[in-house]
Amino acid sequence: MELWYTEEQTNNVRFSIRCDKQIYAAESDYQRIEIFSTPEFGKILILDDRIMLTEKDEFIYHEMITHIPLSVNPNIKNVLVIGAGDGGVTAELTKYDNIEHIDLVEIDKMVVDACLEYLPDVSGKLLDKKVTIHIDDGLRYVRSCENQYDLIIVDSTDPVGPGEGLFTKEFYGNCYKALNESGILVNQHESPYYSVYARAMRLAHKKIADFFPIVRVYQAHIPTYPSGHWLFGFASKKFDPIKDLDADAWNKRGLKTRYYNTELHKGSFALPNYVLEALG
Amino acid sequence: MSLSQNDAPLYEALLEYKENRIVSFDVPGHKQGKGNSELTNFLGKQCMSVDVNSMKPLDNLCHPVSVIKEAQELAAEAFGAAHAFFMVNGTSSAVQAMVMSVCKRGEKIIMPRNVHRSSINALIVCGAVPVYVDPGLNTQLGIPLGMAVEDVQRAIDENPDAKAVIVNNPTYYGVCSNLREIVKIAHKAGMKVLVDEAHGTHFYFGDYMPLAAMRVGADMSAVSMHKTGGSLTQSSLLLLGESMNAGYVRQIINLTQTTSGSYLLTSSLDISRRNLALNGKRIFENVTMLANYGRSEVNKLGGYYAFSRELINGDTVFDFDPTKLSIHTRDIGLAGIEVYDLLRDKYEIQIEFGDIGNILAIISVGDRILEVERLVAALSEIKRLYSKTSAGLLDHEYIKPIVVCSPQDAFYNEKIQLPIEETVGKVCAEFVMCYPPGIPILAPGELVTKDSLDYILYAKKKGATLLGTEDMNTEKLNVLK
Repeated sequence: MELWYTEEQTNNVRFSIRCDKQIYAAESDYQRIEIFSTPEFGKILILDDRIMLTEKDEFIYHEMITHIPLSVNPNIKNVLVIGAGDGGVTAELTKYDNIEHIDLVEIDKMVVDACLEYLPDVSGKLLDKKVTIHIDDGLRYVRSCENQYDLIIVDSTDPVGPGEGLFTKEFYGNCYKALNESGILVNQHESPYYSVYARAMRLAHKKIADFFPIVRVYQAHIPTYPSGHWLFGFASKKFDPIKDLDADAWNKRGLKTRYYNTELHKGSFALPNYVLEALG
Repeated sequence: MSLSQNDAPLYEALLEYKENRIVSFDVPGHKQGKGNSELTNFLGKQCMSVDVNSMKPLDNLCHPVSVIKEAQELAAEAFGAAHAFFMVNGTSSAVQAMVMSVCKRGEKIIMPRNVHRSSINALIVCGAVPVYVDPGLNTQLGIPLGMAVEDVQRAIDENPDAKAVIVNNPTYYGVCSNLREIVKIAHKAGMKVLVDEAHGTHFYFGDYMPLAAMRVGADMSAVSMHKTGGSLTQSSLLLLGESMNAGYVRQIINLTQTTSGSYLLTSSLDISRRNLALNGKRIFENVTMLANYGRSEVNKLGGYYAFSRELINGDTVFDFDPTKLSIHTRDIGLAGIEVYDLLRDKYEIQIEFGDIGNILAIISVGDRILEVERLVAALSEIKRLYSKTSAGLLDHEYIKPIVVCSPQDAFYNEKIQLPIEETVGKVCAEFVMCYPPGIPILAPGELVTKDSLDYILYAKKKGATLLGTEDMNTEKLNVLK
């Protein structure tokens, strides 16, 4: 018997990965969680029929959502991570000595537990002593925070299901309030290519721009996400992601990365015309 | 055959009808959706295939003898009523049927002035004369409360010929009167008690809820299953106590009810009744928990006041519906209607209504904690970004009416249309209200006063939707010549 995981990326497009076996499947209060082992991508994590990460290409997403802000402001100390129960973001953040504390807010404890057990290579740093895990709704958590973070990373699912609240104006406004005067907000910004994702991208961009003086979008190539072309949002009260990039300082750190480098950093903000038009 | 609350006879009959693949040469003309593909794509085949006409196996809403009769009997049992009618023209039609079942032209009916327009509409149609009882007023919140028992007693004593008393249980804001006592004194005077329970479906199923009308011996109750019980919009129940003649009430209903009662609506009542009977206790425990959580989080934000059972005073607030999330907004310097508009326009959150000083969010069978979090977060942002000083905000909501003639006399008499600013001292011949909540500021037959005019102009300025007048823009008002 052949076992394939097939994702309906849109109503008219499917993407399939051959699987060896299902390792984990459970229904939490919020979503269906599944982990498969696959010959091409290693283990893959699926939430509500959407690929969240694969062992083979997760580095691209996680390096790009973390190293961009940390090379722009090398003095980041307090970080809030929303979502990211798989631990991929924490694995990158804990490479930085200047980071003193990471609050990680994940709504679904079962995601954290499943990743700790079955995806230890990705999730191991969740147990780092700098990390405090809060099992809570990100929107609820950030509501009570004021002027206390240097960086907020929003590693959300798509804007349907439990991640919906993380694409709202009230969420971005509360993030603005939770950041200090040099704060940076980086978020998973969906894809510009298929219309359903492009709509979410446009709306998120517009809502973030209502609050932050500096709002930019950058891109990466992530093979297992719909269309492979994925965007991130960079919003800040003070730092420009290109003008304020301190490439020498970052390179002196000697961090080992497989996707990110400081030249790519600059290039990733150069967007195709159709994306620029859509962002308006 | 004996049925239990596990059954849904009307729903089951529709399923069977569908399976039998009947060839239809009757109405509706879309013939299970085949004749209107765009509508079928939009609503779904399943939905169109059961949008059918009365027929022998599916009974007839005007004269129920089989599956609709059984479904109504199960509904009556679930609500503890002697008889239940499925209503397909909203709770408004149930309220009108109640009034018209007990009053005729020229007869008196006692009611709080903060009734829904549907009650006064019924008076225009049947010619009964209202005796208004001023509801209590909470001046801090600017909201009308329930009726004081003493005031109802006085109205009864002064109008011993009145036929009935209407009670809101609860009001839109969640306030309940002392229904048990009102039933007692009304019955003692030989009057019927009609209860508008448009917002009280859950009282029949949840624990720790205010008393429901049928439990305290009221004669009739209009229950909006669609508001908090999960059935389709416009579907509703009319409940009768032992004292009523069900056959006569059916005749009254049939005076104005469609002869093509929608099976989508009636089956939604049947399915929702079963769900509430089997799971209602758990569902409303969860609803109450969500509302309580929302209230405590909103109150922690500061500036807002989400009120609840602390308002209980033994009389005009005899009880409070804990599932209502009513929030007073004046102290952040915004009128309720302004917060209502901001929530919708800036945060994509639609709440039930905003009035001058308050907003109301309905928490019901369909809600989850995630949406409550969005509401709280948005209110927190609205306070951070938009709050002002509360100076200059109007602080009263209830205006004591001066009744000059009956609603029917005012509505049908000779009238003229004047610019609204020039109507003080005239007798109003139509309704003026904000919608929602749909409680008239002026009803036909009432004197236009400076207070009521100021209130209307203020509500307009703050962005409330005003309606009821012949003039769609509420710039002109019909008054008696």
